Amino acid sequence: MRNQSVSKGVVLEAIDLSKQVSSPEGTLTILSGVSFQILEGESVAVVGPSGAGKSTLLALLAGLDLPSEGHVVLNGANLSELDEDGRAGVRADSVGFVFQSFHLVPSLNALENVMLPLELAGRSDARSAARDIIEQVGLKDRWSHYPSQLSGGEKQRVAIARAFATEPTVLFADEPTGNLDSRTGNNIMELMFELNRSSATTLVLVTHDNSLAQRCDRILALDAGRLESDSEVAA
Amino acid sequence: MKAAVFALRTFGRELRSGEVLVLLAAVGLAVGALTAVGFLTDRIGKAVARQANEVLAADLRLRSQEPVPAEWSELAHEYGLATAETMSFPSVVFAGDANALATIKVVSEQYPLRGTVRVSDQLFGEQREVDGIPEPGEVWADGALLARVGADIGDRLSVGELDLRVSAVLTYRPDQSIGFASLAPSLLMNTRDIGRSGLIGEGSRVSYALLVAGDESAVTAFNEAIEDQLPESVRIRSQEESSERAYNAADRAQRFLSLTAVISLLLSAVAVAMSARRFAHRRMDTVALMKSLGATQGFVIAVALIQLTLLGILGVVIGSIAGFAAEELLSRILVDLIASDLPDPGLRPVVLASGSALILLLGFALPALIQLRNTPPLRVLRHDAMPPSPSRLFVAGVSLAAVAALLYRSVGDPRMLIILIVGIMVIAAALYGVGRGLVALIGRFRSGVGIAWRYGLANVARRGRASAVQVVAFGLGLTVLLLLTLVRTDLLEGWRQTLDQDAPNHFLINIQPQELDSLGAFFADRRLNVPTFTPLVRARMTTINGESVKEREYPNEDGRWLANREANLSWSAELSASNELLDGDWWPPGYDGPPLISIEEESAVNAGLSIGDRLNFFVAGQEVEGEIASIRKVNWDSFQPNFFIVLSPGALDDMPTTYISSLRIEDEQKRMLVDLVRAYPSVSVIDLGAILEQVRGIIEKASLAVQAVFVFTLAAGVAVLFAAVQSTIDERRFESAMLRALGARRRTVFFGVMAEFAALGIAAGILASAGASILAGVVAVQLFQLPYEFNPLVWVIGLAAGVLLVCISGFFAARGAINAAPVDVLRLAP
Repeated sequence: MRNQSVSKGVVLEAIDLSKQVSSPEGTLTILSGVSFQILEGESVAVVGPSGAGKSTLLALLAGLDLPSEGHVVLNGANLSELDEDGRAGVRADSVGFVFQSFHLVPSLNALENVMLPLELAGRSDARSAARDIIEQVGLKDRWSHYPSQLSGGEKQRVAIARAFATEPTVLFADEPTGNLDSRTGNNIMELMFELNRSSATTLVLVTHDNSLAQRCDRILALDAGRLESDSEVAA
Repeated sequence: MKAAVFALRTFGRELRSGEVLVLLAAVGLAVGALTAVGFLTDRIGKAVARQANEVLAADLRLRSQEPVPAEWSELAHEYGLATAETMSFPSVVFAGDANALATIKVVSEQYPLRGTVRVSDQLFGEQREVDGIPEPGEVWADGALLARVGADIGDRLSVGELDLRVSAVLTYRPDQSIGFASLAPSLLMNTRDIGRSGLIGEGSRVSYALLVAGDESAVTAFNEAIEDQLPESVRIRSQEESSERAYNAADRAQRFLSLTAVISLLLSAVAVAMSARRFAHRRMDTVALMKSLGATQGFVIAVALIQLTLLGILGVVIGSIAGFAAEELLSRILVDLIASDLPDPGLRPVVLASGSALILLLGFALPALIQLRNTPPLRVLRHDAMPPSPSRLFVAGVSLAAVAALLYRSVGDPRMLIILIVGIMVIAAALYGVGRGLVALIGRFRSGVGIAWRYGLANVARRGRASAVQVVAFGLGLTVLLLLTLVRTDLLEGWRQTLDQDAPNHFLINIQPQELDSLGAFFADRRLNVPTFTPLVRARMTTINGESVKEREYPNEDGRWLANREANLSWSAELSASNELLDGDWWPPGYDGPPLISIEEESAVNAGLSIGDRLNFFVAGQEVEGEIASIRKVNWDSFQPNFFIVLSPGALDDMPTTYISSLRIEDEQKRMLVDLVRAYPSVSVIDLGAILEQVRGIIEKASLAVQAVFVFTLAAGVAVLFAAVQSTIDERRFESAMLRALGARRRTVFFGVMAEFAALGIAAGILASAGASILAGVVAVQLFQLPYEFNPLVWVIGLAAGVLLVCISGFFAARGAINAAPVDVLRLAP
């Protein structure tokens, strides 16, 4: 299985990642010497207790922040060598996000929120592509609603539609069910895994939820900024 | 994608959400206030300048001892200007056997081109404005002249070979002068009568004038065209040279209006800066999200810029509508006070105000936009991830540049600009420093107060820098408000002092020495103060340091005129109270040595005279020589008899002398004047009341304008306070909800918030009082040359206003936060 995966190619590679921040109490190490590779089409859960460095790792992998040491290669690009606009370009081309608190633009309606990354990537068919995906997430009749008019689950569906709209190489999801009740959360995860399968996207999922993690191909366990284990989930 | 599409798509929604309303209001208010201020400045400035022009009864006057050639008036007509011609000369007027010397003023149809003539239908009666001039065969005569010759309306007066009917009492003409040359009472007659009067002939002392008025630019062009071609005998007088006094008043009014415009501008700047910060702050989450979705920095800033520009345009539109409405309203209020035939300012004030508001918006929003551009995309995961603050030097530089650029246009005077900017910067820096100090101090009081105060003070302390910034903002707003009140009061007070209610309003001239005692008794009998009688000797200057005054070179034309005209000399043992010695020494008491001279400062400068120069005068066939011993400054505003040239006692003994005096006569005492003129037929009474009224009119108009402008400035100040509170409203809302969720009663939350505002208000009040006191002194003394006295009331008002304004504005701005329901704590989590 591993060999099969290697043949698919590495889309995301963390090489000896460390992150320190200065705080009033001195320098704080959040991540230390983290290295791994993620293959195309893989779904990977990042787990660990609060403060383990999960969100920091996600930020570094997506180029939202830069590591103190080491580097990230995303879709062949060394993010440390790019400036902020360069990293934004990589994200526009190959990254999708789903956040715990949805992060929809309150002044845009559901359809327009989904169109946003398409337009940023320069797609001329933004509107029709967005309509298709909105339909896929089951919000066909709600496309003209603003975020304030949608329920939590509906907001996250819009966010998922937005994330998949650009057909990203890698989809980062940060506690996507953290703000939802368990039933809605389950539905959302079903939707996400389904879209992940059908579009062959690589999924990096940060979660507390062990059962959610178990549905991924691989689990990276972090503790106190170190990679404690990297294990494949038995099918 | 195209930033414009995204910006437009979100703009309407953001507008509806109400989040950008503060910024919109700030821009709209700035435009509205500046438009109204600009409109008023334009109106009042023009009205005051025109009133100053009334002293000439024209915009321009060409005066000559010869008839002004017809080509000049034809040229004026070619420039589209209106003209009128006048002649004036002294002549004796007869009514039966009685006669008196009068200034005959002969005028053509269009006279006066500026101002209005006022007449009365009975002696010393109610006056009314009239259009036009006396019909041929009729005259309008001064009340004093009629009283002296015992005539009344309807009687006939003989002037030269003419027999003319008195159809009205002349009470005021715009160009009546307080110069002694024209102090004989006036008789106004139609120019069509003059041909058969036999009054104009060889050797008659006629002063001819061509009056010109019209569009400002045409007058200037005409003036420039004729300047170099006029023969030496023709003197041009324009508004600036006309009445020094009226011009001073106009100049002060203009400066003060500029100052109020500047203050509105500064307040708008503060409001714009605060709401622009909020504008940027509210966008950080969206910007972080867009960056995480792959938006570039260029895209992000383009969107913000486009939206800000759209807001600016919308604010300009709203503000212009408000400004136009204010203009309309003000025009109606001021219709009786401001000449209605002034050219419409049109769109000018709106365009200027809009341009200013947009420059302000960009200048003050730019640092916030740049910070917005640098928002880290990490903020999507960590809400506390903030972009680095822009360099303070950069923020200060950009905003100062914007303010300086705008102030310079309003102030137009680099010195005033520097004083204003430095003063405001010093106060802002001091406010910030003390604001920080206060924030640190506040922690010490916390343990000793109740829960509401503890919560409020804790809030002030916890917000640290934000509290200090708020103190700076409140303090700055208060400073300018106090400054406006202070400077305004001081300015009006200064004016009022120069125009004392008890100032003399009548001059008595041509009093014979032998009449002094009985005239004194005349006043004493009527229980009036006996006025001081000042001697006057008519003379002609012949030489300066042995050189003929005709051949001598002078620094300017006024100097030549001064040396060559008939001079009025006086003598005095003591320096008059309305004089101030600038240089040299006043002669000692009891001095009886060779004649010494004291000369007025400005005439000394104009004629190029200094201490030690010897002046010769020709008086009634005798030569008098004296040496200049001192130079004086004369307060002409005192309306006391004053002279350019005063000699030491004894120098003019045995010369033909008359006396003059000034006194105050109230309206109800005016009948007494008729008795006085009949008892002392040779004494002339000059009514200064009309002239005083003219000056007072200028000041009243100016102060009314200032108060109207003040209303707008106050509104701008309150907007600043609102913007400041609005910038913390989200935090406040969450805190209130949390406190109430923890069991605090609404009352407690309310008092806590009020305690915080009160603390901020006290701090701002202290700093504003101090800053305003200092700045007001500087502005009053440096700019308006008015004495400034420290006013402790400012501190009382400053503190009270600080607490009240901040608490009231704070209450209305923070009302929503105080009333936040406990359940909001779940929804509003930051």
